[in-house]
Formats: sequence, structure tokens, C-alpha cells
Amino acid sequence: MATSLLRAFRSSGTPGFTLSTLLIAAIVVSPVVALVYIASAGSGDLWPQLTAYVLPSAAANTAGLLTGVGLLTGIIGVGTAWLVATANFPGRRFFDWALLLPLAIPTYILAYAYLDLLHPLGPIQSALRAFLGISDPRALHFPELRSMGGAIFLLGFVLYPYVYLAARASFLMQNAAALEAARVLGAGRGEVFFRVALPLARPAIVIGVTLALLEALNDIGATEFLGVRTLTIAIYSTWLNRSSLPGAAQISLFMLTLVILLFLLERWARKGQRFVTAGKRAQTPARTTLRGPKAIAATLACALPLVIGFLAPAAYLADRAIRKAISGDISAALFRETANTILFAGLATLATILAGILVAYAIRTDRSGLAAPASRIASIGYAIPGTVLAVGLLWPLASFDNAIDAAFRQWFGIHTGLLISGSGAALVLAYTIRFLAVSVNGIEAGYAKISPSVDHAARSLGENSFGTLRKVHLPMLRPALGGAAILVFVDCMKELPATLMLRPFGVETLATHIYAEAVRGTYEDGAIAAILVVLAGLLPVMLLARISRNAIATP
Amino acid sequence: MSRFVFSLAIFAAIAAGAMAPLPAHAQGEVNVYTTREPKLIQPLFDLFTKETGIKVNSIFIEKGMAERVAAEGANSPADILMSVDIGNVLDSVARGVTQSVQSEALNAAIPANLRDKDGHWFALSLRARLFYVSKDRVKDTALTYADLADPKWKGKVCIRSGQHPYNTALIAAYINHYGEEKAEAWLKGIKANLARRPAGGDREVARDILGGICDIGVGNSYYVGLMRGRKNEEQNKWGAAINVILPTFPGGGTHVNISGASVAKNAPNKANAIKLLEFLLSPEAQAAYAKVNYEYPVRPGAQIDPIIVALGTLKTDEIDLRAIAKNRKLAAQLADKVGFDQ
Repeated sequence: MATSLLRAFRSSGTPGFTLSTLLIAAIVVSPVVALVYIASAGSGDLWPQLTAYVLPSAAANTAGLLTGVGLLTGIIGVGTAWLVATANFPGRRFFDWALLLPLAIPTYILAYAYLDLLHPLGPIQSALRAFLGISDPRALHFPELRSMGGAIFLLGFVLYPYVYLAARASFLMQNAAALEAARVLGAGRGEVFFRVALPLARPAIVIGVTLALLEALNDIGATEFLGVRTLTIAIYSTWLNRSSLPGAAQISLFMLTLVILLFLLERWARKGQRFVTAGKRAQTPARTTLRGPKAIAATLACALPLVIGFLAPAAYLADRAIRKAISGDISAALFRETANTILFAGLATLATILAGILVAYAIRTDRSGLAAPASRIASIGYAIPGTVLAVGLLWPLASFDNAIDAAFRQWFGIHTGLLISGSGAALVLAYTIRFLAVSVNGIEAGYAKISPSVDHAARSLGENSFGTLRKVHLPMLRPALGGAAILVFVDCMKELPATLMLRPFGVETLATHIYAEAVRGTYEDGAIAAILVVLAGLLPVMLLARISRNAIATP
Repeated sequence: MSRFVFSLAIFAAIAAGAMAPLPAHAQGEVNVYTTREPKLIQPLFDLFTKETGIKVNSIFIEKGMAERVAAEGANSPADILMSVDIGNVLDSVARGVTQSVQSEALNAAIPANLRDKDGHWFALSLRARLFYVSKDRVKDTALTYADLADPKWKGKVCIRSGQHPYNTALIAAYINHYGEEKAEAWLKGIKANLARRPAGGDREVARDILGGICDIGVGNSYYVGLMRGRKNEEQNKWGAAINVILPTFPGGGTHVNISGASVAKNAPNKANAIKLLEFLLSPEAQAAYAKVNYEYPVRPGAQIDPIIVALGTLKTDEIDLRAIAKNRKLAAQLADKVGFDQ
């Protein structure tokens, strides 16, 4: 085993990068190993109870939620991407970037905002009652938001940009010739979409939907608030209410296995299709100009997700925040919390992108066959719910810290304390593990557009592997790096469960601030922090829209 | 590239400064880990700092507090572990992250049934689990906990998750009084009466009553004070929309839970931790507790806030909290079994 590994290494071409990738994979996998260890401490005496009463409904709820969110994000994301990419209608240039805005809104904030907005006492029903001249709130019946339907609705309208982003890029890059051939052969616009464009865009759409689904799966704030008991919620309640951390670890491993199986299934289903998008770039197809009712319908179709997923909740939060600001009590801590949020998210983005570059480069150049599987392992963090990841990290980190402290005290008489788990490093590490998949995927996609002949040219001109990466690849990868960095940054800023558990003593971020206010039932005090999270996410999201447009416009 | 490296270096330097771990012992400090939002008792901490000069640092860890302290081990900065619900308090003790404290002042201030005989935990305040009913639509003025399963409330009941510790403790107390079978039937009855999914917090119950979604719901006593007593136009309306009933178990007592605290096993500032606990149980702080938080003080004779007094005379259920805590697991299982949250 050891010698064959060694041989594989020597022949890997870029052993340094392969080794780094293996190391990164080892770090990512360490919380999973800790979970296996924790799970093995359980006797399994909870399982009869869990399988009889908890897991069937939790699994059914999860399946229902994921199916609904998958369909909704797919329909909204693909539909709006198709319109924006292939048609001209009033507002197209605006929607082109604005449709990404819901990315800036964390799911838990959206759920809080909508529970207020749609409550019988909220502005919408109140206005409707006033309009209809009804005084009793019981006379008007809205469907209850605290339901599976409500959860699918909210998550669908806030997570669709993941699909939109991927589908739009794919539609814009599709070979005009293929689409025009279909038109010439007599296919209508609809037929071109369903029979040519959609199948061609499938890999991109699948990636987008997968990201949206993993976000939905990890969500704890919104689903808990809406009373939808998913597997993720079952993990928390098993740990906290059934007082069984081993049981919780067992369910998380079960869920992780399911996610990995789904991934494998998806890869298997689309094997042999990889070359589809790798073809030579051709001209962007000319846009069809829509007129009359069709143009209005297109504008409305793009306006609806934007209003529901961003404008309405953002306007609501802004209104609350302004009222709060006028009343004068803005907590001074908010500035520090904003700085903390940006600092941790920034550091984690840096780490995530650096690790992503190492991994993606290793996949590209490695000939040992080790880098590819290692890179898949390095991406599993995205499938681990935040709190579970936090529990898994707690033990390895604290043990490491305590061991260092003991060693330093023994040898040098220095008390080092909790180096990592007592500082922000734990948070940065957790974010990096959690979001590495986003960066690796983005950079890999960027690499797909760089021909291997570029590498050969650089190497034959005397550059070593590091030089090729630094002087040739990185400049060419800039749009991909920028896009990945922004997605990771926004994700880190929004992250709540791991932040709550791992943040160092005495440090708060905007997300933990909002959560604390929500727990106290003083949502309106959290409005300023919530709008700050949205604002801090807004700029990166707008940048992302520009980068992704430029990347397609200038290959 | 070099400019990039330079700005990176600056960023890293700032970051290193911001992330440096806090020194575990600093003179005149005490570190509080709490599963309860600490701002609720911040005024008490401020008062303590003013009197003693000892600074109180706090961190809110709603989920996994004991786990974190256990992992941090000998280097944990935690001095005091605070939590709500007797079950959570006992969990910390069972996890081995607390230590025994002997204090005459504490023993004198807290009735024996509200503290551990070995000094591993102490109750700080009490809260009763009550019914909120619609002022307009409900005429009842006295109800038992069992009444909540009465079919006459079909489609009219609001409650938070059946797996929330407040409800788990209530179900556990029900098991103590009536036995497992009847408790299961009771839960089934409440579930059949629900107006909406069990979710959110206790205040939402009052809001949903005002919004016409339900007529009756379950909530803790202090929320009534928070809704009625604090300056907040919206919540004042929620508080005004309900009447509060003190439901009873056989024997005429109402279910009461605690918020409690322990001294952490590896507390770096143990002396200060005990000082803070003794302060929190002083007559002055206990009265402030009731005033700021609308909870019932544990110290006999300490004054209760007028808003809470107006709810009626509280007669505490006679069953011991430890006996209730023993049935917690069973209670959570029953809630699962009847699919309470589904």
C-alpha cells in the first residue's frame, strides 16, 4: 500500500499540489471522523424509537421540501435565465443583474420578514382588510405560511439565483449554430428551448439546483421557524431534546451518506456528457425581440421573483430599520459586529480561494489518480449541516489546542490557552471547510475554458508548475476566481449555525446579533443588523453579476 | 502582485489582532456562558459590576453549551454556566462540566428543592407555564392543563414545538401526575386541536390570538410582562388581546420551571463566579430580576412585579423538579410518538 502510494506520488507530475490536496481533504474530513467517533459511542438504543416515529416523517418532509425547492428554483432560475439570455423585453438589462439580488438575503431573515408581512396583523392582510372594509381578521383567510408549502415557497424564491446564475451562463455560451439550425428546421421558440437549449444546459442547471438543494437541506432558521421538521431538525432535536449526541451524529452520518449517494447517482447519470459544454465557443445567438403582451409577460415573469425574493423583504427590513434608527437607539456594537462579520468572511474567503486553487490545479495536472478523489472528499463540507460541522470540529480543535497548551507549559512554561478554538481561527476554518466546494467548483469551471495546450506551452518555455499557475493560469482564471470568491464571501456572511457555536468568547457577528434579537422576540431591534447583512451582501452580488457577464462577453 | 501581497499582509495583521484569544484569567472578570440571551439580564450584570468592579463577559450559546465547555476542557474560559429549564441545567451537571460550590449565602437564599444538595446547580428565577386566551372569544376563567385536549378547542390551539424544553418539561410533569398512557392521549388531543403547526415562540401565541388564528395557547408567565410592560406598540397590543389563566394539575398547582446556573468545573475566576451567583440571589437582585425580567424570584419574600402579581396567585405544582426531569426523555418520546410537530 505504502510503496504503491509512493510510486503514484512520484509519477503524479505535481506532487506538491497533490500532497496539498490530500492534506486539505484530510482537514475537511476530520470533523466527519470526529462524528464517526462520537456516533460509535452510541448504543443505538434510540433507533427503534427514531425509525418508528421520527425518521420516516423527517425523511418524507426532507424529500418533499427538496423536491419542491428543486422544482421551484429550477423553474424560476431556468425560466428567467432563458428570457434574459435569449429575448429582448422592457427591463431586460436591469433584470440581468437584479435577479441575483436574493442571494444577499439569508433564509432565516426572509422567514422572519415574511411571517410578519403575511401575518393577519401584518401590512398586507391589514391593507387588504381595509380595502375590503373588513374589521375582523378572522373574516379573511390566507393560507398558513407555517407549512410545507410556505417553506417551499420562501426557500424557492430566495435560492433560485444559484440556478439562474448557472443556467444563464450556459444559455449565453450555447452554440448559436445549434439553436439556429433548430429554428431553420422549423422548431418554434418553445421547441428550441425544450429540445435543444435545455438538454445542452442540463449539466449547468444540475449544478445550480444542487447548490440550492444543499442550502435548503442545511437550512435550520427558516424551516424551524416555519415548523417544517426536516432531517436536519431531527438531528438537532435528537442531540438537544433526546439528549443523545451519538444519536445525532448517527443521523447526520446517515444524511451525509444519502447526499453522497445522490451526488454519485447524478454523476453517473451524466457521465459521457462532459464534452457537451467544452466545445469551442461560438457566437452568442441573436436575441428575439418580444412585443406586446409577450413582452409584458416576460417583464412580469422576471419581476415576480425579484419582488418576492428581494424587494419586498428588503423594503420591509428597511422600513423597520429606519423607524428604529429614528427612535435613536442604534447599538454601538453594530459597527464592531459589522467589522467582525466582514473580517471573518473575508479571511475565510481568502483561505477558501487559496485552497480551491491548490485543489483545482492539482486535479488538472495530477497523473497519480489521487487528486480527483481527494478533491471530491475536500468538497463534502457543503453537505454537512452547520451545527453538525461545528460539533465535529469542536473536539479535534480543542484537543489540538489543549495538547499544544500542555506541551508548551511543560517545555517552556508558557500558557498558550485555546489557540484555535478560543479565537476566530475556528470560525475561519469552519467556513473554509463548509464552502470549499463552492470555490473548487467555480475554479474548475474556469479551468475547463483553458486549453491544456496553454500549460504545455508554459512548461516548454521553462516555467515550473508554480510559475505556470501564477503567471499563466491565475490571470486567465480571474473571472472564475472573482465569482467563486464572491459566492463564498456572501455565504460566509450569512452563515449562522456554525457561527453561533464556534464564535470566540466575546465576539459577535451580524448573524448572531440578529439571531439573539429574534430569540428575545425583539425582531425590530434586529432589523438594522439584518439590513446591514443584506447591504454588505449587495455589493458583492452586484459585482458577481458584472463578472459573470464580462466572463461570457470576453472569453 | 506585490501590492496585493502588501494589502494581504495588512489584512492579516489586523485579523491577527482581532482574533487573538481572550486571556482566560484576567483580574476582576467573570465569564458567563448562557443558553439564554444574556441581554435579558444585562441590567443585573451592570449592577454587579457597579457594586464590585468585576467585569461580566457573556456569550450566548443556545445550542451545545455543555458540549463546547466539555471540549474546551482545562482551558475553558467559562466561569458560570447559565441555562433555562431544569433539564438543561441537569444536562450540564451530567456532562461533568460543573463543580460543587458550598456557600452559606446561596443555601440560605434558595429553598432546598430549588438547588442541588452538592452545590452543582442553583435556581435563579422561576417561570410558570400558563394559558393565554382570547379576551374577546373565550369566557373561561379557570382551566386545567387537561382541558387543553378538550375537543371544544378544535382548530383553536397555538403552541410552540413539542420538542422545546418548556413543553418537554410540561409533558414530563403531566406524566408524573397522570401516567404515560393518559399523557399520550392528552398530547393526541392537543394535536387534534391545533390551529397551526407547533412553531415559533410563546409570544407568537399572543400575536396569533390577536390575529384570529387561534383562541387559546400555551406560554410562559414572563412573556406576559414583556409584552405588556415594555415600550413596544405592537407587542403591547398582543399583550392586551389576551387573558391569562393559571392552569392547574390535580392538587391545584401550576407547572413551574427554573432558570439556573452552575459554576464551571474549570472556572478560571471561581471566586468571582461565586460572588456573582451570591449577588444574583441577593434580595436586591432578586427584586430586580422580577422587575427587569418579569420572572418569579426564587428567594422567598422578594418582590414580584405588579404585572405578574395581577395574573393571580401562583400555587406551585407540588411535584419536585428532579422528578419531572426524570421523565423528560419519555416526554420527548411521547411527543415524537403522537407526531406532535408533524
